[in-house]
Amino acid sequence: MTLTQINIDTHLLPILGQVSDPEIPVLTVLDLGVIREAKEKDGTVYVKLTPTYSGCPAMDVIGDDLKIAFAPLGKKVEVELVLAPAWSTDWISESGLQKMEIYGIARPLSESADKDVLLAGAKKVICPQCKSTNTHLVSQFGSTACKALFKCEACLEPFDYFKCLK
Amino acid sequence: MKSEHLYNYILGIADNSLILGQRLGELCGHGPSLETDIAGTNISLDLIGQTRSYYQYAAKISGENKTEDDIAFLRLERHYKNVLLVEQPNTHFGYVMGRQYLFDVFHLLLLQELQFSKDETLAAIAKKGIKEVSYHKRFSGDWIKRLGDGTPESTAKMQEAIDDLWPYTQELFDMTAADTAMAQKGIGVDVSKLKESYYKEVTDLCELATLKVPQIAYFSRGGKKGVHSEHMGYLLADLQYMQRTYPNMQW
Repeated sequence: MTLTQINIDTHLLPILGQVSDPEIPVLTVLDLGVIREAKEKDGTVYVKLTPTYSGCPAMDVIGDDLKIAFAPLGKKVEVELVLAPAWSTDWISESGLQKMEIYGIARPLSESADKDVLLAGAKKVICPQCKSTNTHLVSQFGSTACKALFKCEACLEPFDYFKCLK
Repeated sequence: MKSEHLYNYILGIADNSLILGQRLGELCGHGPSLETDIAGTNISLDLIGQTRSYYQYAAKISGENKTEDDIAFLRLERHYKNVLLVEQPNTHFGYVMGRQYLFDVFHLLLLQELQFSKDETLAAIAKKGIKEVSYHKRFSGDWIKRLGDGTPESTAKMQEAIDDLWPYTQELFDMTAADTAMAQKGIGVDVSKLKESYYKEVTDLCELATLKVPQIAYFSRGGKKGVHSEHMGYLLADLQYMQRTYPNMQW
């Protein structure tokens, strides 16, 4: 998803780029693709935010963090939650995916490969520590709604896998 | 209120998610293993997230000065419209998964229709929910198979849960006045039409899990009309504790 498609006033980008996801702090809200629109009008920034999962508790925190980020500039923030179109892991930027891997979370696979690993036990997820694909699913649900828990058979480390959501 | 039927219709759907979410939330820290504990609370979080979207919408159209919290916490037992199935207790893990699966199959069928609702908000909530609920169903269905086709003890326990929960399934397909009114307008779903697909899917899975499909003539109903089972009061006492003890407290 490119920036033109998500309709953000370019002068707001540097500030938005400072607001990170509270669960995965290496990712900014722009990397994650949850900001669908940001427009400034008369000193107020109107932000349309979309949740990754319906119950994602990070949304309330992100709303507050946006207010804090714009406060020193004397700008107010109005956040509106939008549900359609529903968020997809395709909206995470390439640089976001790379940061996620360095942080220790395996990036989402394609939809069909994702089904293979989550349902059929295929060994396709790459361990973010040692890059082996000799990994197996421990639990379909992980530390947050968006992740599943895996273990690497090569380096024996457990790790999170960001589930494909389309 | 502009549309009492729409308001009641939204609550009819949302209350199921709230109450099941609360039941699963009770397992937080008490799951049989770390992985299932986390799975239960993850599913709970999805359901409560969906509930919030529904309640926020209901609060907006109520025309009164209501918030989502008022709807969740400040109603009396008779005003909750959830089906009896979702309020059944976490007797053992077989019950937790049995209740979950018997609801998930219905829930997914419902949302798959609701996504075409003429009401944009309901369609959007449904579309988002489909992704989550498909995942829930995979999880609960896998456990039914694993426990049903497992050891003699797990088979017996899973069968016990299915036998006890089965009488609550037919209520899912009862049409309330709000259901009928909203289905006619193309906003709501005619749930009575989901019955055949539901029982076919559930029966197929039970067979795969070597479980016997209960053959019974009597089904319990009442939750949709606010007449709940003996478990509901205790559940609400827990759910509403904070608001009843400290009225109007906020986070």
